[in-house]
Amino acid sequence: MKPIHYYRCLRGIVWREGLRFVNQRGRFIAALVRPLVWLVIFAAGFRFVLGVSIIPPYQTYIPYEEYIAPGLIGMIQLFQAMQSTLSMVWDREMGSMRTLLVSPLPRWFLLVSKMVATVAVAVLQSYVFLGIAWFWGIQPPPIGYLTVLPALILSGMMLSALGLFISSAIRQLENFAGVMNFVIFPMFFASSALYPLWTVREANEKLYYVCMVNPFTHAVELVRFALYEQFNGEACAVVAAALVVFMALAILGYDPGRGLIVRRGGGPE
Amino acid sequence: MAASASDPQASPLVVAGLSHAFGQRQALRDVSFELRRGDRTMLLGLNGAGKTTLFSLITRLYNHRGGSIRIFGWEIRKKPSEALSRLGVVFQLPTLDPDLSVAQNLFYHAALHGLPRREAAARIRREIERVGLTDRMHEKARTLSGGQRRRVEIARALIHQPKMLLLDEPTVGLDIASRQFLLDHVRMLCREEGLAALWATHLIDEVDSAARVIVLHRGSILAEGPVPDVIRKANAASIREAFDKLTGERGE
Repeated sequence: MKPIHYYRCLRGIVWREGLRFVNQRGRFIAALVRPLVWLVIFAAGFRFVLGVSIIPPYQTYIPYEEYIAPGLIGMIQLFQAMQSTLSMVWDREMGSMRTLLVSPLPRWFLLVSKMVATVAVAVLQSYVFLGIAWFWGIQPPPIGYLTVLPALILSGMMLSALGLFISSAIRQLENFAGVMNFVIFPMFFASSALYPLWTVREANEKLYYVCMVNPFTHAVELVRFALYEQFNGEACAVVAAALVVFMALAILGYDPGRGLIVRRGGGPE
Repeated sequence: MAASASDPQASPLVVAGLSHAFGQRQALRDVSFELRRGDRTMLLGLNGAGKTTLFSLITRLYNHRGGSIRIFGWEIRKKPSEALSRLGVVFQLPTLDPDLSVAQNLFYHAALHGLPRREAAARIRREIERVGLTDRMHEKARTLSGGQRRRVEIARALIHQPKMLLLDEPTVGLDIASRQFLLDHVRMLCREEGLAALWATHLIDEVDSAARVIVLHRGSILAEGPVPDVIRKANAASIREAFDKLTGERGE
């Protein structure tokens, strides 16, 4: 297999992920509407409840909508990554995961391609959201739209690596309800997506530490700072470290010699 | 091993001393057989005989523990890429993406094998025409019947032009006409193009006298060879009787 084969394979996997996203109309609309509902309804309701003081990267008082916008981008990425997880589990039950795994290209490369495909779709969704949010008054500096891109890619890779690892560990399709309850909701709510962490700290010290070790918090902060042309080194380091760990676990999970797939066997006979 | 691996005369599939266990349960015991060019071999066994485990090992879903599997001379554990690129697979479960069109499903498969788009387009046209579904190319897979989806899956398995085809109970849930179509199609591929095919089934009446047969029972091979030989050795009048005698159970 030469580099050109790798390239064609990657392109094919990304192309399919895009087609699936567009062709599954319900999923497409839900993915676009979900963050807007939060922005337009939730944020409007809570803007007078939650006061946001001046904290970095903001240089002035900001409306609550503006505070949660990066959190909602994180939500887009989290959902996209977990839906990719869902489709991996669904695929495996349906057998189309098997078609991916009989590709002659190395398995780690297939998994990384799947991650890249997930991130590509998530990045597109994020920009569509930012475009609509602009009309809602969320107007970060123009350069911010450019500087946020690497942050979106890094945090998206980290979340989809987590999703892949989970997909290697859970067996049944109905367990996605569990993924919602035990992964998406806790990660989203125990983070800085909806409220600054100092408010969490005032309310509950322990919860504050939970938020601090939650890699999703750092993904949101990385995006938040990048959107305002600033680099958050700590968040970047945590997200990168989490990416390495989750990716290693995912590759191990699908390893034909050691992975969870081995212990489990090939499904029903 | 490189010499035998590049040997153009290497057998499509050589399985030698293959054993595999899941925890305490021994799924395969010392399984050995060989497929030659043009061989159409029916892997006959009841549910739970080890057919799916054998296929999972040949397709390297997970590694085998003991023995070896060679595809055209390439050991699957050591040279998975060379081995898998020469293998076409039709899985037991439906594996087409229902939200994609027939053509999109096939292009995706071609990409997984690193084929350039133009070449893929030509091969897709040819394979889809041979299974008589050219007019359905741009319809979503979910609109096809079960039999049509199977035909697309056979076409897909051949796009990268493998000379070895694995089919895991491909006729489950199909009507008689679709079943016959698949049997005839694979027969034609073996006869005219020299493909080697390993067709797993638990349905004895799919085993015709022109094929070879492997009787797999509780993880072990009980008999192997051309169907008439297996019948004669078992002192039976038909493959059904031979199967019942060999396994001590009544087949379907």
